[in-house]
Formats: sequence, C-alpha cells, structure tokens
Amino acid sequence: MTGSTLKLSNVESAYGPVKAIRGVSLQVPPGMIVAVLGSNGAGKSTILKTISGMVVPSRGKIEYGAHDITGIDPAAIVRYGISHVPEGRDVFPLLSVRDNLLMGAYTRKNRTEVPRDLEAVFDYLPILKERCAQPAQLLSGGQQQMLAIARAMMASPSLILLDEPSLGLSPKLTIEIFEIIVRVNRERGTTILLVEQNANLALNVADHGYVLENGRIVADDSCERLRAKEDIKEFYLGMRETGIRGERRWKKKKTWR
Amino acid sequence: MHFLQQVINGIAQGCIYGLIAIGFVLIYKATETVSFVQGELMMLGAFLGLVLITVLGIPYWLAVPATLLAMMAFGFLVERVAISPILGEPAFSIVMLTLGIGYVARGAVMMIPELGTELQVLPVPYRDQSVAIGGLIIGMERLVVPAVTAALCLMLYLMFRFTRIGVAMQAASQSQSAAYYMGIPVRRLNGLVWGMAAGVAAIAGLLLAPIVMIDSNMGFIGLKAFPAAVVGGMASLPGAVVGGVTIGVIESLAGYLLPEGFKDVAAYVVVLIMLMVRPNGLFGGEVRKKV
Ligand SMILES: Nc1ncnc2c1ncn2[C@@H]1O[C@H](COP(=O)(O)OP(=O)(O)OP(=O)(O)O)[C@@H](O)[C@H]1O
Ligand SMILES: [Mg+2]
Repeated sequence: MTGSTLKLSNVESAYGPVKAIRGVSLQVPPGMIVAVLGSNGAGKSTILKTISGMVVPSRGKIEYGAHDITGIDPAAIVRYGISHVPEGRDVFPLLSVRDNLLMGAYTRKNRTEVPRDLEAVFDYLPILKERCAQPAQLLSGGQQQMLAIARAMMASPSLILLDEPSLGLSPKLTIEIFEIIVRVNRERGTTILLVEQNANLALNVADHGYVLENGRIVADDSCERLRAKEDIKEFYLGMRETGIRGERRWKKKKTWR
Repeated sequence: MHFLQQVINGIAQGCIYGLIAIGFVLIYKATETVSFVQGELMMLGAFLGLVLITVLGIPYWLAVPATLLAMMAFGFLVERVAISPILGEPAFSIVMLTLGIGYVARGAVMMIPELGTELQVLPVPYRDQSVAIGGLIIGMERLVVPAVTAALCLMLYLMFRFTRIGVAMQAASQSQSAAYYMGIPVRRLNGLVWGMAAGVAAIAGLLLAPIVMIDSNMGFIGLKAFPAAVVGGMASLPGAVVGGVTIGVIESLAGYLLPEGFKDVAAYVVVLIMLMVRPNGLFGGEVRKKV
C-alpha cells in the first residue's frame, strides 16, 4: 500500500464565531508517523476533523496526493484512503464487535476482501476476535480503543488519523496500544497522523512533530529535536501527571453534534 | 365467545396501530425527531391503492406493490425535501412541520372530487371471506392483518440484523458522528428510513381499508398509534407492535365491557398507566451509552 502526502495549507476552521485553528500548514509524508501536540482546546481534534471532512474549513486547502479534498464529503475522504479514529473511541455501543468492524468497511468497493481483512485485523488485535459477538459497550475502555482502531483499519486506509488513543487508559494499556500502532505503521505501511496529550510517548514513536497552541502551529521539527527543546520539555514532558489529567479530561469531553 | 371475538378484533386493530407506530419508531431512532404525519401517510397509502384499483382498474396484486413503492418514494422525498433541511432545529419545529404536511395531505385528498369526500370501499380479493374456528367466525379482512404484520416484522428484523444497510441504519442511530466517520451516508439513510416508515404506513392503510372503509380522516388513527410507540418504549420496533396490540385489545375490550366512551380514551389511559409504572416503556430497557 503506497500512500500519498497529506498537505494542509493555511487551513482555518471555526465553530460559529469560535476560531479553533488558524493558518495551519502541515505535511504528512507517506509511511511516516507524524504527531500533533498541544494542550486542551489547542485545536488538535479540529485539525483531524477538518481533514476528515467533519468540519468544513473557512479558509485554506487540504490535499491528499493529487486530490483536493478541502471540504468534501466525509464518505469521499474515507474512499480516498483516510480513516479517522475519533477522540473518545465513539464505537457503536449496541452493535457487536463484528458489526462495528463491518461498518468500518462500509465504503469498501470490493466486498469479497472484507472477510480476509477482518482476519488481518484480528491478527493485530486478537482480543477482538474473542469478543466478536459481544456488543461493543461491554468492552473495557482499552478494548474499545482497540476496536476503534481496528474499525478504522477495516476501511483499508493509507492514512489513519488517530485522536488521543491513550485517553483514559492505564500506562500499560497505552503502551500496548502504541505498540500496535507502530506495528501497523511498519508492517502495513499505513501513514499515521497522531494527536496526543501524552507528548513523551508521542515523541518517542513519531518521526515528526508539530506543536499547536491556540489554534496555531508554534513549532515543527523532527521528534528527536523536539524532545531536546527546552520549552517543549517544560510544557509537555516535564510537569505531567497522566493519571489525574486523564480523569480530568474525561469529564471535559464534548460530544459531537 | 363474544369476548374472544372482541380480542381478535382488538388484535387486528392493534396491529394497525403497531404498523403505524413502527414508522414513529423508525424515524425517532434515525433522527431523534417525532413525525406526526404517519397517520396521514397511512391514509394516502389507502387512497392511492383505491385510485389504482377503482379508477385505473389495475388488479389488486399489482396495485399493492405499486402503492408500496410509490409511498416509499414519497416518504423518501418528504424527508429529503422538507425534513432534512431543518434537522437540528428544535424538535418542536419538526413536529409542527410534520403536522403541517399532514394537514396538506388531508386537504389535498379532500379536493379530489367524489373520492375525497365520501366513504370509499377498497375492493380486496378476500372481501366477504371468513374462517370458522371452533364456533367463531372470523372475517378474512381481520385475519390477514396479524399475518401480514408478523411477516413484515420478520422482514424488518432480518433486514436490520443481517443486511449491510440495515446494520448501517442501526449504527447511525447509535452514533451519528461515528457513522459519518465511517463514511456511512447518514443523510441518504434518513431518507430511506422515511421511505420505509411510509411504506409500512401504506401497508397499514391497505390492511385497514377493508375493515373501516376509506375516508380522508382515517389518518387520525395515528393519534392512537403514537401511544402504542410510547408504550413500547419509543425506540423499540418489537415494542411498537406489542404496544399497538396491547392498546388495540384493551380498547376493544373496553368497548365491549365498559360503558360508552371508555373505548376512545382507553389508549391514553394505557399510556398514562405505563408512564407511571414503567416510564421507559415496555421495551425501553436498553441503555444507550456514549463513551
Ligand atoms: N463542537 C464545537 N462547538 C464549538 N466549539 C468547539 C467545538 N469543538 C471544539 N470547539 C472549540 O474549538 C477549540 C479547539 O477544540 P479542539 O477540540 O480541536 O481542541 P483539542 O486540542 O482537541 O482539545 P482536547 O485536548 O481537549 O481534545 C476549543 O476552544 C473548543 O472549545
Ligand atoms: Mg481533542
């Protein structure tokens, strides 16, 4: 699977009068893991939603390879090979794990490949195979996160947009999830645009990072160099208490409508 | 014997309520709005069947699928043209809009010369047939209703359970945002749901017509189907049918056993009791968890 480069140029998105991101430009080359870091409300999720067509930008341009995907229908964007794993998992609670996964493959043209892909996904996330027939709401938080990732993989994407996969998870589970993400990236060549609060972890797995503040990109460098930067260390790596943050953010969660 | 007869009549009537209530539930689950046009859709279905058969002379067995298809297309269009643009507005405006569409539909039918203003009989092939079961004589027009209702419920069940589009409809109802993320065409599915609701209502109309005769006010029966949906839990398809049959039977028995007048309020009494005893309705146990 060879992907394309995702390119955002000067993108601006707003919720009514609230400008969430301003003049965001970034590039995600094929096969890479690119991280977007930033504190609460910086606009990280908005960037992903704008890419996947859930939010229509008021300015700027989004290209995926040769295609201009600015403001087009979310379904068309999925068909171009971009899958979004939304913040807070957003699985279909009453559908079985299997049906959740099949919904991930909704846009697939070649339906005969779907059973094979299902097996391939189970290979990365074997726990889901055991829980295949259960309603998704009975899964634990971590398992739901795995389901959300697996569901996105079922669209056979060349680029996965991952919004805070570590949200509300124990450190151990977080590491497990990240290992799976890296495996998917290495073995399937899937490009990953990762949004994370856990900057330490994100900078460790990603190749390149962007730092977002108040809707603007304030730093952009290889993760190696970002890790070395003093202010980044201070703001995102130093004074961090994952457990407490995780819970606090949980309450803040807003549902999309 | 008379008692049993009343129960059977009640079941037939209740199935009609149930079918219309299925429309309420389908639309409620898909868009979280309440459509008060379902009764009118039933009336339109009955009239369309009548026109096809008596005016155009189309045979019954062709007129039924034609009516069904036409009404489904009509429901789809109503959603796409009128409902979809105001989705997201307060629920109140959508209720008013559906009530308005209902008025227009009733008015339009009344304007049809002769047909629209007088009681009409739908000539069905099973007219005047009856079956004798253990001393009871049951009119075919009543027996057909639960049979068709059961078949329809089975079809809906299979569709929601096993077809891709059915599962996608469930998915969109459980999380609209996730459905968009998966590339499920949520808006088109909403239109299809309206089409299905209109189709089921049209079938209810074709089933009811041989029992009560057709007139432009027959859609008011929707006011009793809504309680059926509420009794069933508002978001449950089996609940809608069970709620409908419950109300139909209680209503029929109330008419038989209790003084004049009780029959007409029976449906609402059932709803009141239900809301007091089980506010979530018979089948309203499912907790929708949004993580
Ligand atoms: N649906 C919405 N309606 C109105 N404003 C919104 C909506 N979603 C986000 N915002 C606002 O847009 C800004 C950016 O939000 P966004 O969700 O992109 O931040 P984030 O970086 O993902 O934050 P978090 O880390 O908390 O998820 C915030 O100020 C937020 O209040
Ligand atoms: Mg976010």
